[in-house]
Amino acid sequence: MSDTSAMVILIAAVFTNNILLSNFLGMCSFIACSGQVETALGLGTAVTFVMTLTAMINYAIYHFVLAPLQLGHLQFIVFIAVIAAFVQLVEMIVERFSPKLYFALGIFLPLITVNCAILGASIFVIIREYTFVQTVGFGFGAGLGWLVAIVLIAGLQQKMRYSDVPKPFVGVPVAMIITCVMAMAFMGFAGMVTIQ
Amino acid sequence: MSNNSSCMTCGSGGLCGGKGLVTLKEGVWTSNPLAIQVLGICSALAVTNKLSNSLVMGAALLFVCVGSNLFVSLLRKHIPHRIRMIVEVAIIATFVILFNEFLKAYYWEMSKQLGPYVGLIITNCIVMGRAEAFALQNPPLVSIVDGVANGIGYGVPLAIIGFLRELFGAGQVALFGWTLELGSWYTPNQLMVLAPGAFFVFGVLIAIFNVLKGDDTEEGN
Repeated sequence: MSDTSAMVILIAAVFTNNILLSNFLGMCSFIACSGQVETALGLGTAVTFVMTLTAMINYAIYHFVLAPLQLGHLQFIVFIAVIAAFVQLVEMIVERFSPKLYFALGIFLPLITVNCAILGASIFVIIREYTFVQTVGFGFGAGLGWLVAIVLIAGLQQKMRYSDVPKPFVGVPVAMIITCVMAMAFMGFAGMVTIQ
Repeated sequence: MSNNSSCMTCGSGGLCGGKGLVTLKEGVWTSNPLAIQVLGICSALAVTNKLSNSLVMGAALLFVCVGSNLFVSLLRKHIPHRIRMIVEVAIIATFVILFNEFLKAYYWEMSKQLGPYVGLIITNCIVMGRAEAFALQNPPLVSIVDGVANGIGYGVPLAIIGFLRELFGAGQVALFGWTLELGSWYTPNQLMVLAPGAFFVFGVLIAIFNVLKGDDTEEGN
């Protein structure tokens, strides 16, 4: 596992092992706001940013603090605390220094704390025993993959508004069917690169 | 808390009989967390490639939901409003860690298969949502009922999805050494076990739920 280059992991995380389409993470916010491409883009950017940095921070905390102290079982509670604190910090910094960016990203930031893709990425990094460089690649790639998937599906959903969907399927069910087709399309990338 | 003759712990008159049942029905059916409110679907999609995985996940959520509901409810008068989220997360995370350690100690294989998804129960909207919307306002006993109801309401659809995906994906369902086989006439469709199958089965399941639930509204239109 440890000899895969960070670049390969990045590409795999975007295409073959897309965190939304093959690991089903971050579905909740995906359902909540996938109607608008701009919203999806804003949320996706915020997720990519937070995911890359929290994966790095959590990697450092796990390997330099928790593992030496044999406190591995505390990883969940520590990770979620780090993510919550980090999101809060980013929110304050962005608000202070770039009000424009704050208005673009601000509303999405609190949502991110409970986005399971962020915590998921941090846990994957530990389970798959990535090195630090690989962690950076994976965090960024996974965020990017999530962004790509959510934007594509938001675009499709915008079109769906004018389609005649069978009544019981309106809303979430048809979104699931679209996602199913999208996941199948992404399976076309399988074999291009493989990570576990 | 004023004690009631019929109901010692819940405090507000006949809760277990009256409100308890209503709570149970709401969690399991009328506002089913998975199929009606569409919460916590990340794990619902990810672990349902096998029936056994789905059942363990259902049990995990039931345990965490009951535990966190009970403790949030017990502490509801002492949690400062501003930091309630972080307190809830800490309580939930504690129960998730307990379950995860239990799984690692006694069912290592299962723990490996479920991978990160047990840990991700922390960010499962159902548990958080119940703590926030129910346990913070209600006494402990009825909060337990709510936790059980939502655990069942999550676990049963999960088991259905898991059963269908394993049946059509692998051609057979195996559970506790007991197997159900479709026979040689059926060619297993690998797609059902993979990601697209999850989205498909879940989408169709919600649609079926909509039909079962929304008959009257449809006729009205």
